[in-house]
Amino acid sequence: MTAAKLPPLPPLPRPYQDTAAYWAAARKHRFIIQKCTDCGEFQFYPRGVCSHCLSSALEWQEASGRGEVYSYSVNYRAPHPGFADKTPFVLALVTLEEGPRMMTNIVDCDPESVQIGMAVTVTFDDVTEEITLPKFRPA
Amino acid sequence: MRDVAIVGVAESDIGVVPDKSKFQLSAEASRGALEDAGLSIRDVDGIFTNIITEGGQFSSMMMAEYMGITPRYTDSTSLGGSSFVVYVEHAAMAIAAGMCDVALICHGSTNISDRGGKGGPVSHVSDVFGPTQFEEPYGISTVGAYALAAQRHMHEYGTTSEQLAEIAVATRKWASLNPKARMRDPITIDDVMNSRVIASPLHLLDCCLVTDAGGAVVLTSLERARDLKKAPVQLLGSGEAHTHRMISQMPDLTQTAAAISGKLAFERSGLSHGDIDVAEIYDSFTITVLLTLESLGFCGKGEGGDFVSNQRTAPGGDFPMNTQGGALSYTHPGMFGIFTVIEAVRQLRGECGPRQVGDARVALCNGTGGTLSSTGTIILGRD
Ligand SMILES: [Zn+2]
Ligand SMILES: [Zn+2]
Repeated sequence: MTAAKLPPLPPLPRPYQDTAAYWAAARKHRFIIQKCTDCGEFQFYPRGVCSHCLSSALEWQEASGRGEVYSYSVNYRAPHPGFADKTPFVLALVTLEEGPRMMTNIVDCDPESVQIGMAVTVTFDDVTEEITLPKFRPA
Repeated sequence: MRDVAIVGVAESDIGVVPDKSKFQLSAEASRGALEDAGLSIRDVDGIFTNIITEGGQFSSMMMAEYMGITPRYTDSTSLGGSSFVVYVEHAAMAIAAGMCDVALICHGSTNISDRGGKGGPVSHVSDVFGPTQFEEPYGISTVGAYALAAQRHMHEYGTTSEQLAEIAVATRKWASLNPKARMRDPITIDDVMNSRVIASPLHLLDCCLVTDAGGAVVLTSLERARDLKKAPVQLLGSGEAHTHRMISQMPDLTQTAAAISGKLAFERSGLSHGDIDVAEIYDSFTITVLLTLESLGFCGKGEGGDFVSNQRTAPGGDFPMNTQGGALSYTHPGMFGIFTVIEAVRQLRGECGPRQVGDARVALCNGTGGTLSSTGTIILGRD
């Protein structure tokens, strides 16, 4: 009965064939991305093939967790009931040191202080028992 | 290959229409467009729609069944709001190749009545399957995605919120000349700047409306069009492209697929930018317009802010744009593309009354769909 009183959760990922390893690693506070052993390119998000050359020869690598803000927006309106108690929050695109870009939130700082080009580093948000979201904070 | 013309256009009731389903809005717009053309529903042998069904599938079968027709050509290409501009290209190819003779493009949506008459978020998804699980858990929204593009454009080129506001203000001036427009009271740049920030740097008045609406467009061969009720509006050139599905995968946040679709449309029409008398540019947000004008090549990359300054796109300006009042002030039922086509045709026919662009002979429409993902560009001219 008490569960009904908790604020609703944001939408959470349901891991599938392409992404199960990524979410399992995140659960252990490890941030891994895919590298293609045929063409040498990194990619994000995880896929069953390389989006540069269509090879299936992909391997997981520990990413440095460092990157910089490519763009951001301070969001004042909740897109989903799960964000109602989280506004304002910083939606951002971060360019990883390895090259690919990903969507994330910038946390542990004043939302108004975020800037394009800001150096950031990965941090882990344990949202539920099963799901941990990699997020970023100022480096 | 046969030349192709648009011969009928219509809206349904638009605004807040709680007593009609989206299927009825789509069908009534279709009836209106066929009447406009002097054709009957029995003449239609091709249907193009991606009306949102429960489960999101089978749109063209649902609408054909609803209207009691048996098409021999069908297309439910799902590119978001650009789909209906892209359908003009697809319908033209089908007609040119003899796969159908009378193509009906139609759309209906009860986007505001579905939300109980109020705007705002509707997502209640709890778990996310597929690649969008790398965006939705972080709070992505349509406005949030477009805000990322706006922020990046400001960073790279020094574009300002005032320049984006110029677009909203000019579009409202056009809306004030259109009795069907939902928002007709004049606004100022300060009004836009002082409206609340939804997702920085975008303010409430940088964002499109949420409404109910239906629209329809009928096409046939130019040869047959010349025997119909109204002067044909010929398709002179078209292009389509998409660069990504999710904004996090967009190759360059400051350039849309219009750089590809627009180039194709100009090349295929043999026309150049100076030939365009009126432009109908999908305006989900002010930034959508600015990126599109640059991507289409009406100005250089990064010059969009200067291009729209001093109310250049307003009535009396030298670049008439979004002359019905756009998605920002006229109507926006979730997917707007079809309304760019409807207005362009009316402008070329000289049917626009107080908002008529004098001697409009060539019009360009650009639809944008997804999250700056897909575009369709068409260039239309009087026969
Ligand atoms: Zn590869
Ligand atoms: Zn009857």
